[in-house]
Amino acid sequence: MADMTVSAPLATAPARPRARAVGCTEEPRWLRWTVTLVVLALLALLVVVPLASVFVEALRDGAAVAVASLSDPDAWSAIRLTLLVAAVAVPLNALFGVAAAWALTKFHWRGKAWLLTLIDLPFSVSPVVAGLCIVLLFGTNSLLGGWLVGNGLPIVFAVPGIVLATMFITFPFVARELVPLMTEQGKAEEEAALTLGASGWRMFWTVTLPNIRWALLYGVLLCNARAMGEFGAVAVVSGKIRGETATMPIMIEMLYNEYMSVAAFSMAALLTLLALVTLTLKSLLEWRYADQLAASGRH
Amino acid sequence: MHNRAITSLAAVPRSLLLGAGALLALALPQAAAAQASLLNVSYDPTRELYREIDGAFSAWWESQGHDPVEVEASHGGSGSQARAVIDGLSADVVTLALASDIDAIAERTDLLPEDWQSRLPHNSSPYTSTIVFLVREGNPKGIQDWGDLVKEGVEVITPNPKTSGGARWNYLAAWAWAERNGQDPKTFVGDLYRHVPVLDSGARGATTTFAQRGIGDVLLAWENEAYLALNELGDDQFDIVVPTVSVLAEPPVTWVDGNLADDAERELAQAYLNFLYTPEAQAIIYKNFYRGWDASQANPDDVARFPEIELVSIADFGGWAKVQPEHFGDGGIFDQIYSEGSQ
Amino acid sequence: MTTRPGAWSLRAPSPLPGWGLSLGITLTLLSLVVLLPIGALLIRAAGIGPAELWATISSPRVLAALVLSFRAALVAALFNLVFGLALAWVLVRYEFPGRRLIDAAVDLPFALPTAVAGIALTALYAPNGALGGPIQDWFGVRVAYTELGIWIALVFVGLPFVVRTVQPVIAEIEKEVEEVSATLGASRLTTWRRVILPMLTPALLTGFALALARAVGEYGSVIFIAGNLPFQTEIAPLLIVIRLEEFDYDGAVAIAVAMLAISFVLLLLINLIQVWSRRHTAGA
Repeated sequence: MADMTVSAPLATAPARPRARAVGCTEEPRWLRWTVTLVVLALLALLVVVPLASVFVEALRDGAAVAVASLSDPDAWSAIRLTLLVAAVAVPLNALFGVAAAWALTKFHWRGKAWLLTLIDLPFSVSPVVAGLCIVLLFGTNSLLGGWLVGNGLPIVFAVPGIVLATMFITFPFVARELVPLMTEQGKAEEEAALTLGASGWRMFWTVTLPNIRWALLYGVLLCNARAMGEFGAVAVVSGKIRGETATMPIMIEMLYNEYMSVAAFSMAALLTLLALVTLTLKSLLEWRYADQLAASGRH
Repeated sequence: MHNRAITSLAAVPRSLLLGAGALLALALPQAAAAQASLLNVSYDPTRELYREIDGAFSAWWESQGHDPVEVEASHGGSGSQARAVIDGLSADVVTLALASDIDAIAERTDLLPEDWQSRLPHNSSPYTSTIVFLVREGNPKGIQDWGDLVKEGVEVITPNPKTSGGARWNYLAAWAWAERNGQDPKTFVGDLYRHVPVLDSGARGATTTFAQRGIGDVLLAWENEAYLALNELGDDQFDIVVPTVSVLAEPPVTWVDGNLADDAERELAQAYLNFLYTPEAQAIIYKNFYRGWDASQANPDDVARFPEIELVSIADFGGWAKVQPEHFGDGGIFDQIYSEGSQ
Repeated sequence: MTTRPGAWSLRAPSPLPGWGLSLGITLTLLSLVVLLPIGALLIRAAGIGPAELWATISSPRVLAALVLSFRAALVAALFNLVFGLALAWVLVRYEFPGRRLIDAAVDLPFALPTAVAGIALTALYAPNGALGGPIQDWFGVRVAYTELGIWIALVFVGLPFVVRTVQPVIAEIEKEVEEVSATLGASRLTTWRRVILPMLTPALLTGFALALARAVGEYGSVIFIAGNLPFQTEIAPLLIVIRLEEFDYDGAVAIAVAMLAISFVLLLLINLIQVWSRRHTAGA
């Protein structure tokens, strides 16, 4: 299980040595073309056209209108909130991922399999259920939530709740990237560093981190892309207060409901652009460091 | 041996931290700037109304010699908004689609007294509305009254009454018409819902489905929502049809005692709600297609557009305390309609 | 699986430091973010009692919603299984202009906010949309606001999982194996059936299970394109939201627990597949 890749979206194939002998190791030419065309047409209908339509809708009244709609103070605060939530949730999840991978791959102990399963759990939990869980735990009608609100620390319908919901949804991403890689790398290098007299932290910074940096960055990028766009779980815990607890996806829904479709699609386009930047970074990584990534335990 | 890697790596977390810090700094002033603020938790179709009211109120409040106030708004389905308040959304005032949603808050929390509805004039409803039909331009299916909705081939768009306050009024209006026209109301309403192809969770979703997605022949809508749709989406595409019988929908407002920390906040919340009854605010109410009580400052055109309809009030049904469980509760008449419809 | 047989202590001795610290951080964050919230749900469910829970879950409307969620997810995952395999194969093996770009596009559904995806798909596939109109005219099929619309949304969200799980495995297949198969007289079809597919099976199954798990719980993109009619196009996550809006927490919790149980079984399945595929490949 350890080498399963939930976040397999990372694993792009390294460039394939170009076909040599055409013959029985390839499909007939007509079949190749048919399959390629069918697949590309489907991809266009299901993914590319919907995506393009977001930009078309946003730019329907011209770029100036689209940009102007984003400079509205409420829109700004939604953008800020989304970046803030990602800036808190992603590093925390990265910290968790590194710590969990360290504990899981460098030591043998009982209960590892359980921990792995628990880490995976958020991945298959419906976002709505995740939001409901957080409301049940931290809502004013619960013991803990009531006490926190009484002490001026509201979680639900405030930023902490949104951060928690986002963390829940993106929780396994970094750990999932690191565990297979670190399992494969073993612990010989770390042990050597210790034998040479390095302290624990020095060993971590000089040996472990350099070994896992690309997979780590990879996981962080994925985690970030997903964190910025989360809707279902955040919708349950947000309270939808304009300018305060409305993230970009929530704001898109609100604007759309207000017949402000240009503003809604402009914000959607911006959010998509942010995601595209993340994905481009990811592709660049793959392109430049294909060999390191290929070494990161893909099977 | 890993020197280069170390420097480049060390830079990664640090820049991440810096980025996080910068973002925190960006977000903080926003929280600090909230001096006097008021959170109005409202339902879906009032967005445009309260945006205008809030501006007018802030100006008026300052003109009375107070510090500037920032009114914040949260909109969603009436039921989900009430749930959010029950779960701790710290609303200062609630302005919802129906009294039963505010009753739910009073029942389940200590935030409100049970008799909240007697604290402001007109059953705490500064504006009323009713339910009308929005049909496609030229009314191709010839829909004139409730009875036409169950004709062969007519598709009706209405939201889910379990989640939408507006949809509960739609349902009750249909019920009232059937009672007055010698039909079995339960059968009629059941028939009606069998003509519904999409059951959105809120009034706005239903309007979008009808107007922008082109689904259905008739939308059962708040009167204000129907006029707004004409305004926003083009009056060359839709017509409003007024049925012979409809309901007097009273969307009530109240302040949430438990969330008001001190007398100053209470004064602000009460001033805000009382402001809704002033001629100035009532003019805005008329302008936004709601039926107000005081037309003295309103534009006469805004007032004149409302047709006369026979309006049935919730009291004629026995009040929300009776209607809510009987019709919309778990296993209530609406649930029965759908469980029978599925067989 | 990595526990050494016969290890009696909690942890086998290791010279490496940081076990306590890393496990501490792991468990703290895990508890705060995942275990406590899910625990709150389970405690609440326990308070309701099994009889009451079962009564809610087995009520016709809830059952219909759960069945629909599961069936639509299954259909979408099966579609993605075939489509994803074809796409991955095309991306790895075939040359055509713009291949890198297409390859990057596969990740889009993963990063695109689900609400945006839902709105965009609905606008396109509604009867008056750019694609929904022609489809209705030519085939007489309505896409948006039917189960077909739900399938499309779920295919959209699940696609990257199959492609990205299978792609690296295809890239690693040694062409020599196929050549040997061909030399031994196997037709291309036989090579596919006897050589290539068996090698891809574990990855395909994993991708399928992942796409399925993601689709069962999907909410944001589906609610826009589904008609949300009870018994017909009302998915289970939507029913949870509806129950919440009716202030019926017990009902919401009951459905949530049912979905959680389904998710857990799926997860178990994924992990079993992993174990099985490891043994299988090791033995091959």
